[in-house]
Amino acid sequence: MMHEANRRIAPLILAAFGLAVVPFVTSDYVLHIAIQILLWGFVYTAWSLMGKFGLVSLGHGAFLGIGAYVSPLLWNYAGLTPWLGIPIGVLMAVLLALIIGYPCFRLRVIGHYFALVTLALSQVALLTIVAARDITGGSLGMTPRAVGHSWYALQFPEKPYFYAIALVVWVFGIGVWHFVDLGTGRAALDAIAEDEGAAAAIGINVMREKLRVTVASAALTAFGGALLSQYFMYVNPDTLSGIGVSLQIVFAAIAGGMYSAFGPTAGGLFTIALPEILRISMGTNFVGAANTIYGALLVIFIIFMPRGIIGLVERRLAAAPARI
Amino acid sequence: MLSLRSVSAGYGSFRALFDVSLEVAPGEAIGVVGPNGAGKSTLMRVISGMLRSFSGELAFEGRSLTHLPAYRIVEAGIAHVPEHRRLFSKLTVEENLRIGAFLPQARRNYAERSEWVYALFPRLLERRRQLAGTLSGGEQQMVAIGRALMSKPKMLLMDEPSAGLAPLVVEQVFNLVRRIREEGFTVLIVEQNLQQVLEVVDRAYLLEVGRIRLSGSAAELKTNPMIQQAYMGL
Repeated sequence: MMHEANRRIAPLILAAFGLAVVPFVTSDYVLHIAIQILLWGFVYTAWSLMGKFGLVSLGHGAFLGIGAYVSPLLWNYAGLTPWLGIPIGVLMAVLLALIIGYPCFRLRVIGHYFALVTLALSQVALLTIVAARDITGGSLGMTPRAVGHSWYALQFPEKPYFYAIALVVWVFGIGVWHFVDLGTGRAALDAIAEDEGAAAAIGINVMREKLRVTVASAALTAFGGALLSQYFMYVNPDTLSGIGVSLQIVFAAIAGGMYSAFGPTAGGLFTIALPEILRISMGTNFVGAANTIYGALLVIFIIFMPRGIIGLVERRLAAAPARI
Repeated sequence: MLSLRSVSAGYGSFRALFDVSLEVAPGEAIGVVGPNGAGKSTLMRVISGMLRSFSGELAFEGRSLTHLPAYRIVEAGIAHVPEHRRLFSKLTVEENLRIGAFLPQARRNYAERSEWVYALFPRLLERRRQLAGTLSGGEQQMVAIGRALMSKPKMLLMDEPSAGLAPLVVEQVFNLVRRIREEGFTVLIVEQNLQQVLEVVDRAYLLEVGRIRLSGSAAELKTNPMIQQAYMGL
């Protein structure tokens, strides 16, 4: 245990140093990609908090959308600073998570059925945003009122600022992932994932454990959504909410490896770098190519690499056989 | 210690238990026996809080259990060894025990409790890093019992401990039950295997199509002509 920790700390320090110097040595373009990878990686990590315990949510697009829209709406219409608007958005996502989670867990909606219920949720969120086009701008999206460089408005046209914010937030996400992974709730959630009835029979409050992790996951996802809208200075229902986004989250987390701390981030690297590479190499000749390749890869991942990219790497590195 | 007064229960509009009353005194081992579909497992699910009763009273040490959720019932001191063991087969023996000690006070005493369980079932100590799903049937039953004992219960509910096990292993499992009794636990055991269960319990109830048909000491039931004819093939 101990020397394993040591073996891990050295590369972590190197990586932290590497990440910290990125803004000083690269172009804005690379930074732009890096910010997206970090923020999406944060969102994917948030999803995997549930996913790795068999709570496959296809509704995270809804939480992301709430986070992304609430703060800009409050800013544009009420002049409320994102410092308050973002917590309000996160709180609303938590409320929605409770409204959906409580009856689902009470009625033991699990597995595929849970996925379907949450799938409906992401579509409802998308339709709500589109239907309220008078205030949300509908499918055209909306732009938070720009005021230039401002801490009060949390707007930074210079990329290094947002890179620093994204990096801190992403590290925080990894921290939460570890907290859940090492906490006492983890054993309970593992047990629930395997056999809910048996878990309840030995004294686990199944409802509380599931709600806790769901609320944490929804809150972080909404927070990520808020930062994404704050960074892009543009929100659009198709890129920050709805089924497409929900599926993108699930795909990235699975592809990267939802059982590893850095898996979802690797998924982010993959899903954000891949379309960029395709766009640069093929231009606009194959506009739908990225999605097609995603689809094919997802099938390959699930069949051959169920623990994702990082899971495979970890298994190769581990001298002892990994626990399944 | 545990008392059920005219408990009725079932699933939706289907009734599986009709006015079941039974009493378990501290230190006793009680059997509930009966054929398939008699409502034995339903009875277990009602006591452990996995299923709400339609009507009737359920009390443990004078405290009503009727509206408590499952985890509160474990807290009150009743541990459940489910039918077919239902281990977390992808977790190791040790992890299964750790989850059994999930309640806060059990978690604090984890080291002491696990030592006690390992002393009771030394075989588990040898296998503690093995995945529970890879153990033999008898060993799995040990893990299931050990997992239940981790919460330091006053009473143990055992649902069909012999289910799906080979006759030789069934013998071993009933030896385990005897050991648990000797440790001073109150035991309520639901079983189809009358011959075996009547060897380890003090008293038993015969459940048939959801009603208690007969009750008495193990010795009485063993010599009851109706039971001998219908259940023992004598």
